[in-house]
Amino acid sequence: MKYQSQKVAKPYFIAALALFVGQIVFGLIAGLQYLHGTFLFPELPFDVTRMSHTNLLIVWLLMTFMGAAYFIVPEEAQTELYSPRLALVTFWVFLIAAALTIVAYLFVDYAHLAAITGNAILPTMGRGYLEQPLPTKIGIVLVALSLLFNVTMTLIKGRKTSINLILVGSLWGLALLFLPAFYFPHDTVKASYAWWWVVHGWVEGDWELILGALLGFILIKMTGVDREIVEKWLYIIVAMTLISGLIGIGHHYYYTGAPSYWIWLGSIFSALEPIPFILLIAFSFKMLLQRRREHPNKAAMLWALGTPIMAFLGAGLWGFMITLAPAQYYMHGTNFTAAHGHLAFFGAYAMISLAIISYAMPLLRGRTANSAAAQRWEIAGFWIMVLSMLGIALALTGAGIVTVILQRAADDPMPFMQVQDKARVFFWVREFAGVGFFIGLLVYLRSFFIAGEYEYASEMKQALAA
Amino acid sequence: MQQVFTKAMARNIFLGGAVFFLAIYLALSYDTWQRIPERDHADKMTSAVLRGKYLLDSNDCIGCHTVNGEGAYFAPELANVYKRRGPVFIKAWIEAQPTGVPGRRQMPNFHFTQNQLDDLVAYLQWLSNIDTNNWPPNIQG
Repeated sequence: MKYQSQKVAKPYFIAALALFVGQIVFGLIAGLQYLHGTFLFPELPFDVTRMSHTNLLIVWLLMTFMGAAYFIVPEEAQTELYSPRLALVTFWVFLIAAALTIVAYLFVDYAHLAAITGNAILPTMGRGYLEQPLPTKIGIVLVALSLLFNVTMTLIKGRKTSINLILVGSLWGLALLFLPAFYFPHDTVKASYAWWWVVHGWVEGDWELILGALLGFILIKMTGVDREIVEKWLYIIVAMTLISGLIGIGHHYYYTGAPSYWIWLGSIFSALEPIPFILLIAFSFKMLLQRRREHPNKAAMLWALGTPIMAFLGAGLWGFMITLAPAQYYMHGTNFTAAHGHLAFFGAYAMISLAIISYAMPLLRGRTANSAAAQRWEIAGFWIMVLSMLGIALALTGAGIVTVILQRAADDPMPFMQVQDKARVFFWVREFAGVGFFIGLLVYLRSFFIAGEYEYASEMKQALAA
Repeated sequence: MQQVFTKAMARNIFLGGAVFFLAIYLALSYDTWQRIPERDHADKMTSAVLRGKYLLDSNDCIGCHTVNGEGAYFAPELANVYKRRGPVFIKAWIEAQPTGVPGRRQMPNFHFTQNQLDDLVAYLQWLSNIDTNNWPPNIQG
């Protein structure tokens, strides 16, 4: 850590991990409600469990992105952050607003929450991922403006590296792409079309740029490879993201009322969307092979290399499985999408978040890397979480197959709830895998409580003895 | 190779590609916007339909159900429920919730008035007539 003001990233990362725990708890409850529908009903209806699960995901990822920005932008710009104080105030505003929103979900009836927060004046509620009441949405915009002001001012007064330009540029994109959340036309087809500006725009567009910038930063730091090479790769990767992804949004428009030409456009361009992920894998392993130093933080390197692989599986492979229009005709709105969503969100965005936390947290705690013992816990957590998430994705894929066979493609299609009963075994597997994931998360968190830093001398002695 | 293909060229591909495909997307979206009202019979969105839509949104129905495949996969598709079940069944079903059957997935009771139930049904009827390129594959959604 080169600049004192980078320290402001620390509370962001800690809060992100706490919210991550909350996300998984709600995920486990939701999974159980699939199997036992009266569990916690009527106190916690499924939709409230689900919105708590998904909203906590978004908040902890945004927390990490913001922490990462406050950590990376000063270091890349080679200057102190414009206003560490503003960053810290913004942190508390964001955390408190997020906590209040979740509490409101849990204790206020949703329609009542809509009524008391002015939803009738400017309707924004009741859309997936964008369930937040109006004051929260306005709060998100204010927090984003504060972040943008801070990092842009830092960038202006400092060195303008490509990583910083891509990172700050994509943070502007993130904020701009949130604005359609305030546009909720009466026409349901138009509303769905515009909803994807936020959702597809974030996860299949802008956030991939953030992912690229974070990964590029980590790889430069850890491998010592020449910046010019890393940044050239980065531009090619993010170019492919937008070239495939902008028209690739059409894969959301096949069966929601938009014109038929999207069937062709969406299929062709979204079929190209795995390419940037393949490039990411090639890029990160090439940088590993060309490394000019051995960084002692093995755990961070594992996260950095695991991210492109898991992102490719979740976003690339599972995404491709459901993206072509003839396949999606049967798979649309089934657990195939849930499988893809889980693996892609985890593989791409949760893992890049854990990668930057893994790299930055030891530095924020005053050491290059954690002790070997702490890293062993972290690496164990990595493997348990990764394998469990693959289990969740495979189980949900199984449930999707059941729906396609019995409900979608059958000559005598079965009603929804009967089909869900037939898929029970997969929902059980998903829940067990979810418990596994939670154990992995706890193992991972345990690593933070093992004191000490990486000791070169003693590690060398042990290695020689062995 | 590294001299031939420079970082500046990679950056220009990124910027050029982004601007080019964004322009195409915006043009296509403009065209889509003109066509949607015809495909979803926007002229048939009466005040009852709009009120029904507001009820569906402000009660987070897509937190469990899907509408044209979008939402959650906990409960059945709503865009074609009007054709699958009909107005009388839908109203009776909503009023009878929750079933309380042990272990079965539960839907809350939203305490809708008769007028609100009529509005909801009007919206569900409007939804069922959108041209969705023949999706879902069958009436079960």
